Amino acid sequence: MHVAVILGCIAGLLCGGVLALVLKRSSHISWMTYVASMVICSFTFITALTSLLTAGGGVETLTLPLGLPWLGTHFRLDALSAFFLIVVNLGGAAASLYGLGYGRHEPAPHRILPFFPAFLAGMNMVVLADDAFTFLLSWEFMSLTSWALVMAHHQERDNVKAGYVYLLMASFGTLALLLAFGLLAGPAGAYDFAAMRAAEHSTTLQALTLALVLLGAGSKAGLVPLHVWLPLAHPAAPSHVSALMSGVMTKVAVYGFIRIIFDLVGEPTWWASMVVLALGGITAVLGVLYALMQHDLKRLLAYHTVENIGIIYIGLGLALAFQANAMTLAAALALTAALFHVFNHSLFKSLLFFGAGAVLNATHERDMEKLGGLIHRMPYTSFAFLVGCVAISALPPLNGFVSEWLTFQAILQSPQIPQWGLKIMVPAVGGLLALSAALASACFVKAFGVTFLGRPRTTAAEQAREVDRFSLAAMFIFAALCLAAGVLPGYVIDSLSPVSLALLNDRMPVQTSISWLSIVPIAESRSSYNGILVLGFIAFSACLAVYVIHRFASHALRRAPAWDCGRPDASPATQYSASSFAQPIRRVFGTLVFRAREQVEMPPPGDLRPARLHVSLRDLIWECIYTPIAAAVNYAADHLNYLQFQTIRRYLSFVFFTLITLLLLLTIWT
Amino acid sequence: MIYSLFVQGAQMAVVLLLAPLLTGFVRKMKSRLLRRRGASIFQPYRDLLRLMRKEVVLAENASWLFRVIPYIVFATTWVAAALVPTFATGLMFNWTADLIALIALLGSARFFLALAGMDVGTSFGGIGSSREVMIASLAEPAMLLVVFTLALVAGSTQLSTVAAYMASPEVGLRVSLALAMFALIMVAIAENSRIPVDNPATHLELTMIHEAMVLEYSGRHLAMIEFASSLKLLLYASLIASLFAPWGLASAGAGLAAYAFGVLVYLTKLAVAGYLLALFETAVAKMRVFRVSEFLSAALMLGFLAALLLFVSRSL
Repeated sequence: MHVAVILGCIAGLLCGGVLALVLKRSSHISWMTYVASMVICSFTFITALTSLLTAGGGVETLTLPLGLPWLGTHFRLDALSAFFLIVVNLGGAAASLYGLGYGRHEPAPHRILPFFPAFLAGMNMVVLADDAFTFLLSWEFMSLTSWALVMAHHQERDNVKAGYVYLLMASFGTLALLLAFGLLAGPAGAYDFAAMRAAEHSTTLQALTLALVLLGAGSKAGLVPLHVWLPLAHPAAPSHVSALMSGVMTKVAVYGFIRIIFDLVGEPTWWASMVVLALGGITAVLGVLYALMQHDLKRLLAYHTVENIGIIYIGLGLALAFQANAMTLAAALALTAALFHVFNHSLFKSLLFFGAGAVLNATHERDMEKLGGLIHRMPYTSFAFLVGCVAISALPPLNGFVSEWLTFQAILQSPQIPQWGLKIMVPAVGGLLALSAALASACFVKAFGVTFLGRPRTTAAEQAREVDRFSLAAMFIFAALCLAAGVLPGYVIDSLSPVSLALLNDRMPVQTSISWLSIVPIAESRSSYNGILVLGFIAFSACLAVYVIHRFASHALRRAPAWDCGRPDASPATQYSASSFAQPIRRVFGTLVFRAREQVEMPPPGDLRPARLHVSLRDLIWECIYTPIAAAVNYAADHLNYLQFQTIRRYLSFVFFTLITLLLLLTIWT
Repeated sequence: MIYSLFVQGAQMAVVLLLAPLLTGFVRKMKSRLLRRRGASIFQPYRDLLRLMRKEVVLAENASWLFRVIPYIVFATTWVAAALVPTFATGLMFNWTADLIALIALLGSARFFLALAGMDVGTSFGGIGSSREVMIASLAEPAMLLVVFTLALVAGSTQLSTVAAYMASPEVGLRVSLALAMFALIMVAIAENSRIPVDNPATHLELTMIHEAMVLEYSGRHLAMIEFASSLKLLLYASLIASLFAPWGLASAGAGLAAYAFGVLVYLTKLAVAGYLLALFETAVAKMRVFRVSEFLSAALMLGFLAALLLFVSRSL
């Protein structure tokens, strides 16, 4: 029943896309498309939510006689897909609401409107697909529509490069997934997920599948070193699409990983978790370090997505490690932590991209070095953005803290794991997680401080105006949800229990029945956290302090020029900028990670030229992996060029020999 | 119920009342060690009262955030300080937040204070904020690794449970705990902006971190921030005392005599901690800002080593 409704919604979204294409001349098409997307997404959201809360672990399937004739098109709604449908459609509805206001300033709406609902439909279809063909088709549809959205402003040079890199990485990822499904389907070609789930997979095959899925889903999610497209493509798209890509599409990639590794492959082996944990830890720290070095607001946010994906994969790796050692309760805790972070990240990353879009709209500027002082001119946007910053920096009492806290609790369950490799790996990953959390808060002090605080650095920042009500509504809804998920985490954890029950046959203890709405992952003597009381205590003591001081002490106030040690300088250029703020961290971490070099050019005495400081950073991942690959591809292309100029006889013989080789391979395999 | 609520309230009041005293005591001890007479140990109270009575001089372009932050910082630090066992364990709201949440609460306070440094748009505020977050980015993970170590030894991240476990005879001497203690002390020195990381007494531009960040504050706002830093010093002193010298802590539901004894022992511990801090600060010189990262990396490595030892063997 739920499946049919959601499929109807997807069809509605697709129709919306087609209509937007047909009616592109109409002046009403912009708001019509966004309103339709918002209504449909909200409806799908409610359907998925009721399915998760009422049906629990129930499974609904539906087969349509479309697609491959011997296969049909299978759809399935279980707890996992219901949860991800919630994430997708919550983000989709808010992005549509935001688009209502933001889209009005769009110079070329016909490049966005047809693809926006289609992109939403693609993401919904991936989550519902129940056979490899439908999954890959939807996956590719999602990639292509998002590519079209990235290319919406194709006149800008950087966007063209971003689109090219994205297209390459997306097709590479789909190829890896195609091979992974091929391995899982076996020689009989059982592309149905139900058949894959039932089949026994050998250890070699599991290892190969894991590698391919990490390449395929990992490149979409942004695991280091496959993340390179992400900081290029996400900022290039219009801001509500950036929010969808960063907040939601990376989660669909995480869904793909969970679906294949936890559901289809079957019982994991412990070394699989080592790989996932190592990748997660490295991704988390490198992502945030890259983010700290950025001064483009949207790119900084995109690099933070990389970091958060790392945190999610740490949770997933822990879940795999526990599952391999039959510690199901701990595995349920780790998986719940990862999924909670998926939900949280979709909230605050969308919120932050909405905020960045509002800033972009108000100032036409993404470069933080040209902003500043926006808190005076955009008070509502800056408040919502601040909530997002606190949430993503994992500070209590907001939601980012709860999921990281759960991940730490899962790490503390790990000494019982017998394997030595994991015993050494897990505390190291714990240290990396702690490091990334601390660096994230440094990074958001920089992002908020340079953009919204201080004095305006350009006239554009000086003349900024608050954005429209639709954009503000979308931001405030997500800010409220961040707070709600942070102070009442027990409800989220309990609604996630059907997912861990379905995947791991175990769940975390029921949280909502605990007194005072605390969360207790294992036992109260071990650890507990109460968001609502923390918020209450802070609010109480702050109010008490304010009351006591204003009642009994002075409340006199005088405005005066800034003190600045007695020598204030009127020029806004004397403020700390984004790069100077990052300088201490660049010196500590950057010399190693980015080979950062600082060079001071001091003119000789008497010369009136200004002194200059040059900072050079190198992206080692790009230089060591991608540049050689590109060079190798060029080399191969040059040398295979002669294949282009053969006779038809030669071509036929090539075809013949390829066929023979493939048949031989097939016989050897079977 | 009423009784335990009263004890919880007493704990909140105790940290609030004692915090300036500890600061004053450390200053007095430092003066005595330098053969100066020094101000009275009650001077910080007078300073706070004087600041509260003065008018606030607010920079012209300061935003609403700048005026709200002192209260947020004060409230967060106070809540965090009240969660650490001082004279008793098993208080009524001890389960509200565990050690990890405690670190994160202090992280919230620092986040907002660093934002305040950026708000007016002066170069000193920026320099203070950027250095503060650099120090925090190393101190916070070191602290979390110490927490990992303690949690693995005691089987809990609940501060009250950990303190009670550390007081029990089954702990014994462990290499990992010794490493964790050194790491925690190093973090405490860095977090409280003490010598050799920062100098709380200086107003010399290039050496200051914390003081540069709060340079634009005055009047009651400055009082709140000064109070918060006193509270933070007290928090770290009580944390180290309750974890590594957990003697004399009254347990939950004990009688008034036990609580009174707990308070006495706690005062003694604070005096010892304050004296040791003054002694250490007098003996060492401040280091350059970029040597701080080496100092804190050492803390980070000690913490990591401690946690790793416990993953390798439960008895180390």
